Parts: sequence; C-alpha cells; structure tokens
Amino acid sequence: MSVLLQADKLCATFGSLRAVREVSLQVRAGERLTILGTNGAGKSTLFNLIAGDLAVTSGSILYRGQSIEQLSAASRTRMGISRSYQTSRVLQGLTVQDNMFLAVQGVRRGRFGIRVAGLGHPIRREAAETLARVGLQGVELELAGNLSHGQQRQLEIAMALASQPQLLLLDEPAAGLSPNERPALVDLLRALPEDVTMIMIEHDMDVALQVADRVMVMHEGEVVFQGTPEETAASPLVRSLYLGYAGDHNAA
Amino acid sequence: MKQLALSMLNGITLAALYFVVASGFTIIFGMMRVVNMAHGSLYLLGAYLGYSVADSTGSWGLSLAGAAAGSAVAGLVMHKVFLSRYQGQDLRQALITIGLSIIIADLLLAGYGGLTYQLEIPEVLYGGVRLPVAGGYPIFRLTLIGFAILVYFALWLLLHRTKFGMIIRAAVDDRNMLSATGINVPVVSTCVFALAAGLVGVAGVIGGSALSIAPGDDVHYLLSSLVVVIVGGMGNLKGAAIGALLIGLAEQLGLAYFPTYSAIISFAIMVAVLAYRPYGLFGRPA
Repeated sequence: MSVLLQADKLCATFGSLRAVREVSLQVRAGERLTILGTNGAGKSTLFNLIAGDLAVTSGSILYRGQSIEQLSAASRTRMGISRSYQTSRVLQGLTVQDNMFLAVQGVRRGRFGIRVAGLGHPIRREAAETLARVGLQGVELELAGNLSHGQQRQLEIAMALASQPQLLLLDEPAAGLSPNERPALVDLLRALPEDVTMIMIEHDMDVALQVADRVMVMHEGEVVFQGTPEETAASPLVRSLYLGYAGDHNAA
Repeated sequence: MKQLALSMLNGITLAALYFVVASGFTIIFGMMRVVNMAHGSLYLLGAYLGYSVADSTGSWGLSLAGAAAGSAVAGLVMHKVFLSRYQGQDLRQALITIGLSIIIADLLLAGYGGLTYQLEIPEVLYGGVRLPVAGGYPIFRLTLIGFAILVYFALWLLLHRTKFGMIIRAAVDDRNMLSATGINVPVVSTCVFALAAGLVGVAGVIGGSALSIAPGDDVHYLLSSLVVVIVGGMGNLKGAAIGALLIGLAEQLGLAYFPTYSAIISFAIMVAVLAYRPYGLFGRPA
C-alpha cells in the first residue's frame, strides 16, 4: 500500500509549552491508525496540525506526496482530509439537513451558488443516505443545536463522511455515546470502505483496539509507543500510562 | 395629536435610516465578531461619493450605485488588507478600524471641507402626501420606510434562501467547523464585509438626501448603529430592525416632548436593555 500521509518532526509550541515534539508518522492508504494517550498528550494538537486548524511550528506534512502544511483547512478538506472534533462542533443554528448539505456541498463546485438544492437533489439524497449510515434518521429538520450530545456526535461523523474523504480524522468519536451506542459506532467504523484511511483518537480502549490496524501512543507531546492492537493491550508502558503511574518510556 | 402622529412618523423614518445603516454592522459582527468602528466613516464615504456622482451626472440613481460600489470596494480593501490576517483577534481588529475611521474621516474633510451638503432627491419623489391625523408628509421619507422594509426582506432572503446565506449563518455558528467542510471562510468574510460596506454606502446617499451630509456624521451614525445593535442583539437582523425602531421613535418622541433630555433617552434604553438582557433583545451568547 502506498503512503498517504507522512509527517516528519512535527512540532507545535504555545509560548513555553511544547504540545507536540518532533512527531513523525507514516500512514498507508487504507490503514486504520488509533492514537492513544492521556489528556494533554498532544493528540488533538497533532490532529489540528494535520487538518490545518493550527499552523505547524516546525516540521513537514506530505499528503499524497504533496506538501500541505501551508494550505488552509478548507483546502485540505477539498483534497480529501476530513475531520471531527473532540467536542461536538456541529453548526448549531442550522438544521441537520443543512449541516449535511454544507458538508457535501463544501467539497464540490458551486459552493457559493444562489439556489439551495431542493429535497430531491442528488446532494440531498446523498446526505440522507450518509445520515442513515450513522443511524441518525427522523431528525433531518431539527436544529442541530437541539440534538442530544450523542446525536450531535453522530451528525459530526456523518458530516465528516459526507465529503467522501480519503483520510478521515476522528477525535474521540465515542465520547458522549452511551455504552449501548458504542457497538454501532464500532460497526460503522469497521464498515468504512477499504480505500478510506482513518486516524482516530480514542480513550475507550475497547473501541480503539477493535477498529485499529495499528496503535500509536503519545505522552507529553511525543510518540512513546507504536504497535499492533495486541501488542498495545499487552504493553506495560501503555498500562502504566493509563493507570497513571510513571513508566519507563524506553521500555517499548 | 397631530404632533404625536408626526413625531411617530419621523421616528419611523429615522428608524428606517438607522436600520439600513446598522444592518451591515450587525451582519459583520454576527459573522466575524468584528466591531467595525469604521462603519460610520464608510457611511460618510458613501454619502460624499454619492454627492460627487450626483453632482457630475445629475442622476440620483447613479449616485446610489456609485456610493454602493465605492463603499463596497473600500470595505473589501479594508478587510483584505488590514483585517483578515487578524481573524479572531477582536481587540486588534477594533483598534485597526478606529484608526481607519479617523483616516477616512480626515481625508474626506480634506477633500470636501467642513461644509454641509445635501443630495437632490429625484423629481418623482418630490412633494408630499396628505395622511390622516399627521397631515402633509414628504413622499421621500415614506419611500425611505419602504426602502428599509425592502432591505430587510432582501437580506432575509439572502440569509435564509440562498446557499451563500446558509454559509453566512454557518459561519456565525462556527467558522472552524465551516472551514472543515471545505468552504473558504476568509473569502466569504471579505464578501460579507464588502456587502455591508456597500449597504452603508447606500444608506449614506439616502441619509444625505433625507437630511444632510456633514463632518461628524460618521461618529453620529457609528454611535446610532452601536446603540441599535446593542439593544436589538449583536448579529441579529430582526434585532437590528426592532432596535432601530425603538431608538428612532425614542429620539423623535424625546425631541418633541422632552427636548432637554432627548439626547440621553437612547442611551437610557441601551443601559436598561443591557442590565436586563445583556445580549440584547434578540441576541445570544457569542
């Protein structure tokens, strides 16, 4: 499989805080990578660097062989990088249907046109199908701000999928979902087309390990472990980080 | 009774002008969180540009178009060159617009001097009509009320019935999320800024026709816009309309019945609204 995303020595600093420290990673097309780490490990900051929400302090990002660190977030989305956020960030004042419409329309021509597509338009149908895929039906005309937290997470994932991304960045997609809703999320993520590459940040180890081909663990801005889900589950370092006592980072 | 009716009509007319001026101001704030302190200067620029075009062509319609285009270009340059790079830095942007407002006002003073001008209204809008109770009232002022209603519905249609409007409403909610859908938000912001500047340029011609054009109008209309949108709720079109109506009526009724205190009535309303509804009558937390 070809390399879809390659980051070299990525750094992000905020004043004296080094949130991401020389992180390098390579993700192959179709791969499912999960990033684990405690709060403040730099996972979401790394996502922000890849998605373009945050400028890199130093380092480089190649996507499909092209340098993208100078491109805007919108340009990266149009190139096929789609993301969800750690806390739900749906467009609260718009209906579910219009959120989905913008997510599909945003990567197509005619974004700034006058007419809003009617209900029978292919874009609307495509949006409705994606909503059904994430199990969010019957709320199309609701304001997104009126949805429950779990439904907003589902909508956000649907919006990320709606742009038909090649690289999907999901930041804690299971956060806010009830234990009953999590298996459906796992099924959804496992059923993604093979050509969709996914990087997911997740605290729920069950969800993370069921979906991932490979796991990367971050701690204090650095990558401290990489391995298969089985190696991760057996790793003393990972367990020490999650149980909250100091471990030997070089042990892995 | 006649005085009350006339004061009410004058208040509604003034409210119509305030609404056209403040509508662009509130849209800019709603989408970009920029308190554009140069809004009054763009009003004055539009008024003077309109006067110059009308003076050289004799056409009031062309003066409207010229003012709209000139102010829109000024707004576009202002946003593209000075503001877009500081997106999210509210205080810095507000300070930049204060500087720009002073520069624009001084350049206009140098160009047009300290005289008071008035645009000639089109012949078809000359004269007056007899209204029940109020008696004779200028047609142009009544037209101004119709124009403000037209602007309200045009903006409502733009915001709620077009793709571009949907994008603007989405940007009001969350610029980052909108950007994550692939929409180029800075381009949208620049377009909205230019649209608002064009609109206030048009307001300049209308205000310069109904009243007059003079140095100091920039500060007057900036203050009125601020009061209107603070009362109505920053970023809310309906709020701007209701706020304009309240302030316009308060100013004119105050002038007729409590002339000594008329200047403070608008600000008293603003303070009262802020005390009980900190986000304005129709506003919500940013």
